[in-house]
Amino acid sequence: MTVHIPSPLRSYTGQQAEVNVNGSTLEEVLATLDQRYPGLRFRIITEQNTIREHIRIFVNEQQAQDLMTALRPDDQIHILCALSGG
Amino acid sequence: MSQVRRLPRKNAAASKPTTGSVALLTGTRKGAFILRGDRSRRTWKLSQPMFLGHIVHHLVLDPRDRRTLLAAARTGHLGPTVFRSTDFGKTWQEAKAPPAFPKVPEGQKGLVVDHVFWLTPGHPKEHNVWYAGTSPQGLFRSEDGGHTWESVKGFNEHPLRRQWTGGEQDGTPDGPKMHSILIDPRDSNHLYIGMSSGGVFESTDKGASWAPLNKGCRADFLPNPEPEYGHDPHCVRLHPLNPDRLYQQNHCGIYRMDRAEGRWVRIGENMPKQIGDIGFSLVLHPRNPEAVWVFPMDGTEVWPRVSPGGKPAVYVTKNAGKSWIRRDKGFPKAQAWWTVKRQAMTADAHEPVGLYLGTTSGELWASRNGGSRWTCFVRHLPEIYSVEAAEL
Repeated sequence: MTVHIPSPLRSYTGQQAEVNVNGSTLEEVLATLDQRYPGLRFRIITEQNTIREHIRIFVNEQQAQDLMTALRPDDQIHILCALSGG
Repeated sequence: MSQVRRLPRKNAAASKPTTGSVALLTGTRKGAFILRGDRSRRTWKLSQPMFLGHIVHHLVLDPRDRRTLLAAARTGHLGPTVFRSTDFGKTWQEAKAPPAFPKVPEGQKGLVVDHVFWLTPGHPKEHNVWYAGTSPQGLFRSEDGGHTWESVKGFNEHPLRRQWTGGEQDGTPDGPKMHSILIDPRDSNHLYIGMSSGGVFESTDKGASWAPLNKGCRADFLPNPEPEYGHDPHCVRLHPLNPDRLYQQNHCGIYRMDRAEGRWVRIGENMPKQIGDIGFSLVLHPRNPEAVWVFPMDGTEVWPRVSPGGKPAVYVTKNAGKSWIRRDKGFPKAQAWWTVKRQAMTADAHEPVGLYLGTTSGELWASRNGGSRWTCFVRHLPEIYSVEAAEL
C-alpha cells in the first residue's frame, strides 16, 4: 500500500513523498516504516502507542483512531500534520 | 553531606582562567545557532541555522572531548528527539532511542515525553554518560554518548513521583519541566535535580532513590507556603569549586544553601525592593563561589515576566548575596520589554569573566568584564531559549 509522507518527515525517507509498505494493521505498517527509516515512528507515535497530538493518520478518507486499525493491500495511508503551530 | 570531601584534580585546574576562544551554543524557538568568538571575545561569527523550524531547548558541548554536541529538539508537530554531532555541529545524527517513558499496560494512562528540556554531560570520569530532563518531569540517562536513553526508574517510576510533581497543570505555561541536573564533581553518584514544579531533589545513589531538598525555601503559591516539596525552582546551580554551595533562582526569590546548614536562605531579600528577586536565570562565577549574577524580571500581579519597568539590568553579588549591585551600562534605558529564560544566561571562564545572555526578543548581549558594560552583538534571532558558553 502507499503511505503519503508529509514534508516534516521526508528527511527520514530521503525526501520521498510516497513510500510503499505492506502490513495488515497500522501498527505493522509503522513498524516496517521505522525499520526502513529509523526514528520516524517515534516522531509521530508516543511511547504509549498513541498518535501524537498534532499528527493525524488517515486510511483512505477515514481518520484512524488507533494503531490496530485494519488495512487492505490497496489502502492509501496519509500521515498529516494537523493545522497547528505558530 | 556535611563532611569535607576533596575535589578531583581536574576541578582544581578549573580555578585557572581560560584564554582560548569561546563559542556560544544558542537554542531558539526556531532552530539552533553557534556563534564563534575570537580570542579577544570582541568579534563573533554567526552560523547558519541548524534544525531550522525545530524548537531547540538546549544545545550543549561535551566538556570531556570539546567536540561532541547534543541538541534537544522537537517541532510543533513531531515528537521530541535528541541529535548528536561529533564534529561540533557540521553533521548530526539522531538518537536511536530518544528519551521516552516506560510503556504502561493497556488501559492505563502512561507518561509521554512532550519535549526534552535539559541536557547535562555526565561526571568527567563517566565517559559518554549524559543526563536529560524532560517535560513532563522525567529523568533519563545515556551511557553511549546520547545514542540511546534509558529511563531513570528511581525517579520516573517512584511511587511518589505524582505527588512530588503535581499534575500537568502544575508547571510552566508550556509544560512542567525537569531541569538543573547537577552532578557533584567529587562523586558521580551524587545528583541534584530541579523541577518546575516539584522543587529541588537529591540522590546519593545515582538516581536510585531521591529526597526533597527544599527546607527554608518558600512556595507562596501553595496553601502551605513551606511544604516539603512542590516548589518552583527556576534555575539551580552548584559551584564546581565548592560543591556544598548551591544557589537557586526560584519562583519565590533568590536562595543560597550551604549543605552544612541544610537550609535555603533567601538572599534575594537584599535586592532593591522596587526590583524584587524574581527571575529565571542565575549564573555563577567560575572561580569565586561568592559571586553570582541574576537577571530580574517583573513577577508582580499577573507576572508580566519582562524586565522591571522596561529597563533591563543584571544584578551581581560578590558576597554570596549579602548585597547586590546593578549592572545596566549598555542596556536600553527604557521601553525594553524582554526577559531572559532560565537557560539563556551563561558565563565563560576567562579573566575578567565574560557574561552572555539571550533574550526573548532574539538578541544576544555580551559583557567582557563581568557585567560592567553590555553590548548587543546579534539581533533578529528567534526567541532565545538557551545560551551555553563553550570553551574551545
